[in-house]
Formats: sequence, C-alpha cells, structure tokens
Amino acid sequence: MDTTTRRKFLIASGVVGGAALAAGATTLALSDLLDTAGDRPDGAKTLVVITLYGGNDGLNTVIPYADRAYQDARPELAYDGGEVLKLDDATGLNPALKGLHELFGGKKLAIVRGVGYPKPDRSHFRSMDIWQTANPERPGNTGWIGRWLDGAGGDPRLAVSFEKVLPPLLAGERSAGAVIGAADVKLPKAVTADALAGFAAPSAGEPPLQARAAACFGDLARVREMAQQVKDADGDDGGDDEKVPATGTGGPAGLQAQLDLVAQCIEAGVSTRMFSVSLGGFDTHADERDLQETLLSYLDKGLTAFYRRIMAHPAGKDVVVLVYSEFGRRVRANASDGTDHGTASNVFVLGESIPGGLYGEQPSLTDLDDGDLKFTTDFRDVYASALDRVLQADPQAALQGWKGRLDWW
Amino acid sequence: MAEREKVAHLLRRATFGPTADEVDRAERAGYQATVEQLLAPDGADRGAGRTPAPKLGADPYTDLPKKPSREQRQRAQQARKEQVQQLTKWWVDRMVAADHQFTEKLVFFWHGHWATSVQKVKSAGLMLAQQETFRRDGRGDFGVLVRAMLRDGALIHWLDGQRNTRKAPNENLARELMELFTLGIGAYTEADVKAAARALTGWTVDRVDGTATFQQARHDPGKKTVLGRTGPLDADALAEVILEQPAAKTFLPARLWFRFASGEPMPDGVRDRLSAAFAGHDVTALVRALLTDEQFAATGGQLVKQPVEWLVGAVRQLGVAAAADKQRKQLYQGLNRLDQVPFKPPSVGGWPSGTAWLNTFATQTRVQLAQALTAAASPAFLERLSAAPVAGRPEALARLLVVDAWTDRTRKVLAEAAKDAKKLTVLGLISPEYAVH
Repeated sequence: MDTTTRRKFLIASGVVGGAALAAGATTLALSDLLDTAGDRPDGAKTLVVITLYGGNDGLNTVIPYADRAYQDARPELAYDGGEVLKLDDATGLNPALKGLHELFGGKKLAIVRGVGYPKPDRSHFRSMDIWQTANPERPGNTGWIGRWLDGAGGDPRLAVSFEKVLPPLLAGERSAGAVIGAADVKLPKAVTADALAGFAAPSAGEPPLQARAAACFGDLARVREMAQQVKDADGDDGGDDEKVPATGTGGPAGLQAQLDLVAQCIEAGVSTRMFSVSLGGFDTHADERDLQETLLSYLDKGLTAFYRRIMAHPAGKDVVVLVYSEFGRRVRANASDGTDHGTASNVFVLGESIPGGLYGEQPSLTDLDDGDLKFTTDFRDVYASALDRVLQADPQAALQGWKGRLDWW
Repeated sequence: MAEREKVAHLLRRATFGPTADEVDRAERAGYQATVEQLLAPDGADRGAGRTPAPKLGADPYTDLPKKPSREQRQRAQQARKEQVQQLTKWWVDRMVAADHQFTEKLVFFWHGHWATSVQKVKSAGLMLAQQETFRRDGRGDFGVLVRAMLRDGALIHWLDGQRNTRKAPNENLARELMELFTLGIGAYTEADVKAAARALTGWTVDRVDGTATFQQARHDPGKKTVLGRTGPLDADALAEVILEQPAAKTFLPARLWFRFASGEPMPDGVRDRLSAAFAGHDVTALVRALLTDEQFAATGGQLVKQPVEWLVGAVRQLGVAAAADKQRKQLYQGLNRLDQVPFKPPSVGGWPSGTAWLNTFATQTRVQLAQALTAAASPAFLERLSAAPVAGRPEALARLLVVDAWTDRTRKVLAEAAKDAKKLTVLGLISPEYAVH
C-alpha cells in the first residue's frame, strides 16, 4: 500500500469517527516534543509500535521450512532450508531479515508465533480495526493506546505518530495521541523560516483560495522548524537540496525517516512513552516473493539501524519495539504466485530488556480453519504484557478487562 | 482591466501556463483574435510534431502463452508498467511542447471528464486509444464523442461494460454515463439506469487485444424505456435520447465552467448563454461562448492550479523542456507526490479541485519541486530575470511567471531574495499567488 492508499485505508476503516479524529487532530512540531525533555519520570520505558499495513505473509517471514506441508502448499513461493536464516532445526527467518537474525542470536529479539484472535476477519479494514482497537467482537472507536492515554492523563505528547494521519490505535475516549506530520521533510536553503512566515501572512482583499494557499505556509513553517532540529541533531548539512524527493513515503526512506525521528526524541529524553510508525505495501496477492523480500529488507535495515543507534545512548535500554500486521496470509498460494488474506501471524518484540527467543506454538499447517492457520496466542496477551512491562500501566483498563499475559515476558 | 491582464487570464486558463512571450503576442493580437487562435490554430503544431505519441506495439499480455509461467507473467507485467510510464512521460512532454495549447488542454479536460484510470485498465495502448478519441472527436459534436466513448475499450473495461450482458446486466457504465458524463445526478431515475444498462449490453472488450467489439448474442434487443422514450434501444439510440434531455444542455457547460472558469456555481445568466451556444451540441461553440463571456473575465483567482497545471506551467515558463530527459523524468515524478499522475484519476468522479490541492503536504512538496525546477531552468530564463535591476526583479519575475501582481506580503519576501535569481525563482513558484489562477 502506498501512502495514499494507507491514508484512504485509515479513513475508510472508520474506526476513528469524526469526533475522535477531531479530538486527536493535535499536530505538534518536534520542538513541542523536545521542549518536554527532562519531564520524564526516572525509569520510564518507551514503546515503539511498527504497523505493517497490507497483511504481511507470516509463513514466509518466520518460515517452518522443515514442514513438508509448508513446501507442498506453496511450491513456487516456499523457501527451503538452504535459503532461510535458521532459528532452529525447523524454523528460519526470511533471507531479507539478516539484521534481525543477528539480534535474535544476541537474544534481543522475541518472536511470537501464531498470534491472532477468534473468528478471524479477512478484510484489511476490519482486521486492522480489530488489531488497533484490540476488540475482536465489536471494534469500537478507541484504540488500545488511546485508552491507555486516557488513563495516563491525556497529554497528547505521551503517544506520538510520525505518520501523516492519526492511526486509530492512538485515539482514546477523551484524548488522543499527537501526529507529527510530514516527517521526511527537507526544505531547500532558499526557503528560509522567514520566507515561510512571510508567505503565511494574510493579505487584505486577496481571493479566498489564495488566502488558503498562504495559510498552508503557517503549518509548513512549523514543520520546517522541526526538520531543522533533526538536521542539527544529526550534524547533517543537508547537502542534497536539489534532489527531487522520492515518490511516496511508504518505502525505506519513510520507515527510516520515522524511526530516525523516534531515535532523536528518545535521545533527547522527551516525555513521549509510545511512538507509532508504519510501513505499507504488504498486500502481496501476486508475485509475492521478490516484493515481500524488498519490504522485509526495509524493515530489517530500518529497525536494525534504529536499534544500534538507540543502544549507543543510555536511554536505549528502556526501549521496546513491537512489530505486527493485521493478518497473515493463506497457507496455500493462489494462482498468481501470491497469497490471499489469511489469519494468525507473528509478532516481533525487540529490546535490550527482552528475553529473546522463539515463543508461541507454531500453528499446524494441516489442521486448518477454512484454509487458514488457527491462532495459538491471543494478540491481547501481547498488548497486556507491553502495557504492563513497558508502559507500566494496568492492562485491564486499556484492554477492557482482558486478563491474559505472555508467560515469558 | 488592462488588455494584458485579460489575455493573461485567458491564457492561464486555456493553456498549460503561458510564457511571457505568449502573453506579449496575445496582447498584440487582441482578446478575440487570441480566442480564435486557441480554438482554431493556424498551421501545423510543430511542438506536437517534436513529441510524437510513442509507438507502444502490442500489449505485452497478448504475447503470453495460454498457461504462462510465473516468470513470463512477471515479465509481461513489468513490460506493461514500463509502457504506462513511457506513455505518461510522453503526455507531460506533449503538454509542455504543444503549440496548440488549448487543443491539448481540452484533451486533459476530457481525460478528467471520462476519468478512466490505467490502474484498473492496465493497458497503455487502450489509454492511448482513448486519448486519440478525445483528440479526434473532442472538439466537435458532443454526440459523436459520446457514441465513440460507448465503444471505447478502456472506458468499457473501467466501468465493467464487459460484464454487462443480457443475462446479467451490470449498471456501472449506464449509471456513470448519465450521472457523471452527460446529465448529472437527479436527471434520471433508477429505472432509467436499469433500462440504459440493457441498451448497452453486447459491447465487450476483447480478452486478447482489449479492443471493444459488439456481440449480438450478449445484447438485449428487447423493448426498453429510458428517459421517456420506448423502443429496442441500443447504445447509439441511448446516446441520442440522453442528449435530447434538457439537463444535457446545461451539464457539460457547467463542467467546463467548473474547470476553466470557477469553482463557484455558474451564474444563471452564464448558464443561459452557454446552453444557447451548446444547442447544436458543438463543443467548440460552447467553449468560445465560455471564454468570451463577460463573466469569465471576472473569475481570476477562483481556481486552484491542479498539480499538472502548476508543474507543466513552470516547466514551460522556466524553459525546463531543454533539460536532459532523465532530469525531466525525475521532475514529472513530482506529480506522484502531488497526487495527480496523468492517466490515473483517483475515481470515476475525476480529479479533485479547489482546496483539496491546498494542504501542508502539497505545499511542502511544491517547495521541494520548485527547487528542482529552478535547478533545471534554462540559462535564458535566469538571464532575463537577472537582467532587471535588483529592485525590479520581483516584477520581472511576475512577468515571466505570468502573475498579474504580487501582494505586499509576497513582494516583501521576494525582495529579500532578489539578489539571487535562483532563490527568487523558487520563492515565486511556491508563492500563494502562483498556486491559484
């Protein structure tokens, strides 16, 4: 899914109704966040959630390569034991995940298999609603992080998205996280803060549409300020002023840029406790293998670089990253060398404090539910542990009374 | 209003962004003569001659064997994608180069009107064939164009015409034909849609080469009643019935007004005058009436430039056309971020308009593109700008970018950068004044 599709997707998902969106439309500049540096209680941990939009094929991410049923169900798509990055004698990672494989070896990465929910829904929109609201029966209009935020006082700076619109998971009942828009902005030197402020000034008697165009510069000025801070922090003089920007932001630059900003905020000690970032494009109905490898390599490179960067800072040890997608894909390949929408899949949990390893029971590839995997771990168990261990909050309040936990975390 | 401002307004709307030299010529020729020159240009279009449509060859899918392998299918997909990219780049090049600018602008209007997306159609050849129909039939009898479009492979595919059979009618094309292409919502009933779908049965798309063919066996020859007329109506008879409706006399005039004049509702007087001019369904007569209507001159600043208009206009004015192929290609990719890639309208409703194009992300993208455009500007453009004394450069830039006047706010920003012609150009391109027309 490209940026546009993801934007439409979020709007179409309808989880964030008009009212919740209005409440959550706080747009901040990075400076607003950086101003909070030092406001952080001692020992406060940070959760980074990475959403993979489109339904990442879990079976070709964490691969049961030794299972005959796997090879038989998708002969054109399957990876064999020689191709995968082995985790044990039955399971391996997609060859695009070299960095994560190393982190797994260093016991920093936990992989939970078979994560899902009862009566799986195969619509992107509905299933993403379910994952973000943590309510499989009746996905409402609040997300699990949004409800946590309600309970944590409602300061939007506590939960921040570097996407262009507010993801439903950040919408609470009474409060919502903040959107720091247009994370990948780099403005040419010709366009100074003064110029943006100058254009933003209204001019009496000008046509209304022209006045509207002028007003856009007000917001852009704030973004510019943010970009400048990022540059300063990186010691980067922005030498590629004249390069035409890449098309769309769903690619590696998008995820990387979002994670760079997260890293900068963490290093600055901002008050934010939860960051939401995303990567789209995983809806691989056709010619999946190359496409998925490319996307997974974006994830691998972005996440590995992020982890190395924050670990060079004392605050890095208190960061936990959670990676999920709205569903896995059908066990059997379709006629276009792709896979159709499926069910249970893997969740990655990465961090210095995480006891790395393989967890959760691998769902059977032969005992299926209408062609799809039966889940073995409820996704709310993962959320509950994250709320408890990272956000240091009562999971039941945010998860509508859910009592389950991961037993290893 | 001074004659120069009047012709500048005319050219901003009827072309993809006039150059200062084009405004000079129009000023000398006068308003009426310029309108006629736009509608019926003299001589061959040498710019179009320099940018001939690409020879796409066969659709890569037609060469696939019956049961293609994964690699074969992938290759064909890739080849199709490349054809679409080639076609898109060519069209933008053509918009830039065409001497007969209104001819080209009207093709873009029709593209947005019949709003067919290659995202579903997939085939560059079908999209090009549709565009050739706009070029051939887009300036004369609207009835001829409607009948041609009902036989257009891309449109039929886009609106599932090939699924519309006597046994299982599909109403998609019939509904949009009346709602979006000819009459407007409310000018027909649901029963009219059902009956119109039956009239359109039989037209289908060839699975191999994508051309539209009529299959008698799939057509429903029975009696139907559409918009009050009863008979064994087929596609042509349907087009005739539709165009006889009173709503047909005002619908297309309003659509042209919306794109060429103003996002504000069309005044009653204008509607009467334009529908009178359109009585014989002649598109050129209608456009002439629009461009010469006294109210048209008063619509300055009432349209937001669509991204294509903004980018192509800047390319023309800055002389970027001479830049290397690769550099132009990169610039055109900016349309992707601005959400207006030719041949890919977001829905059958056509391109967004007005404030939809004005948001922070678009502003930011224009800033980045303005920088790239200026980097590719011709030396001649920068020399002309630098030739003015520093204090006079903001006005020199206004002349080159065909902006009537800067507000004090913008003039102040420009004055501070006036020493550096490149900086000045970037700021002019992103200014609020240049975002609208």
